[in-house]
Amino acid sequence: MLIVAYCEYMNRLGDLERAIMEVLWESRDPMTVRQVGACLIDRDLAHTTVMTVLDRLAKKGFVRRQRAGRAWLYRPAESREAYVAELMLTALDQTGDRQAALTRFARSVSGAEAEALRTALETLSGADRS
Amino acid sequence: MLGAFAVACVLAAQLLAGARWSRRCPVATIVLWQALGLGWGLATVGALAGFGSAGLVTASPPATGLAGTGLARSTLGQRFGQAGISGVAAAASERAARLLLGSAAVGQWDLLAALRLLSLAASMVMLALLVWVLAAAVAAVLRARHRQRTLLGLLAHDDPKVPGALVVDHPAATAYCVPGLRSAIVISAGALDLLDQAELAAVLAHERAHLRARHDLVLLPFTALLRAFRWSATARAANAEVALLVEMLADDRARKRRPARELATALLRVGVSGGGYAPVGALTAAGPAANGELAARVTRLLRPPPGLPVAAVIVIGLAAAILVLTPATALLLPL
Repeated sequence: MLIVAYCEYMNRLGDLERAIMEVLWESRDPMTVRQVGACLIDRDLAHTTVMTVLDRLAKKGFVRRQRAGRAWLYRPAESREAYVAELMLTALDQTGDRQAALTRFARSVSGAEAEALRTALETLSGADRS
Repeated sequence: MLGAFAVACVLAAQLLAGARWSRRCPVATIVLWQALGLGWGLATVGALAGFGSAGLVTASPPATGLAGTGLARSTLGQRFGQAGISGVAAAASERAARLLLGSAAVGQWDLLAALRLLSLAASMVMLALLVWVLAAAVAAVLRARHRQRTLLGLLAHDDPKVPGALVVDHPAATAYCVPGLRSAIVISAGALDLLDQAELAAVLAHERAHLRARHDLVLLPFTALLRAFRWSATARAANAEVALLVEMLADDRARKRRPARELATALLRVGVSGGGYAPVGALTAAGPAANGELAARVTRLLRPPPGLPVAAVIVIGLAAAILVLTPATALLLPL
């Protein structure tokens, strides 16, 4: 029972982290906790909940924060595109001694081999249609 | 003798890397590769340690039993990690003590004894290196996967076209899986655009086969070995060959659920799509390593080679058993 409750809690937290990151990525300027909460008005979040999640994100390195008067301003550490690029780069670079972490479907080929394979593909899909 | 065995393992690995029949039965060949790797590790550590403590037999008879236990412990340590280092260390310190005592009593320090001590130290270093490198590889893999899962949690979304998979919005066509207890299949938006529904299903079947059979655990020791011996062409060849065999295994499983042609066209489309998008250094680095791999997989899908005869599989199994048992018994038996 406790485990199920914990999993639900973690799922909810992951969900919130994602929603808050999206708010920060959408915004041009750094935001306060209150501003972030206002963007997620339909979720009806407590101020402290937003603060906790932002704090977690800051600890994980996804969010940077700076003092502005009495409040903290939060902004994403990297753009969304940068994180997507990081994901894809590690996935594409799974060769040699880094292979075990992820398993890739097919590696890219280039040059003469790619040409030969392209011809093979055309033959195959041509046969498909007929 | 164990030294010769270790050298023979390396030679056999080079032969196996070039063998064409290996594709006809990936499972048996993977077992053979694992046996070769384990046999080589046992033989190398054993040869160095054996040479190092051989002097004990002639030096003083009571020491033989002690050295024997040290070695036996080092053999077990090969399997149980850190314990082995203490085993060899015990043998080493004991040997050093004998040498010092011996030199004090007889008053001579011969070159051979120094060599033996050096060889014992080398065996310790070798064992420590193998254990350390495996641990480091596991740690690196776990770290990379954890980072992937965290980022996927923030970025990926579902798509009805690929049930059960995560989609990442990126134009490069790629698909991969993140193995582990919380495994995930990731498909890029580029691949989603490039492949039709049937091909996507084939890709999912292929990736699910990887996850279900935990192929990543098969790859792990070989990538660890490559980390330890980056300069070794044999380690590189072994790694590439096992990686290809694992892909073929997943292809075979996927073919049981989906038509082979769909998987073949999916492979070709993803493989040749790379020209359109090249992230800094990544694709070019992956290019040369993939030579011929894709063509081999597609050919195999469209024209499956006949399986190996049962007798051949039995011979391979026996060879694998001999590869592991020979150095193991040589180490466990008293000198």
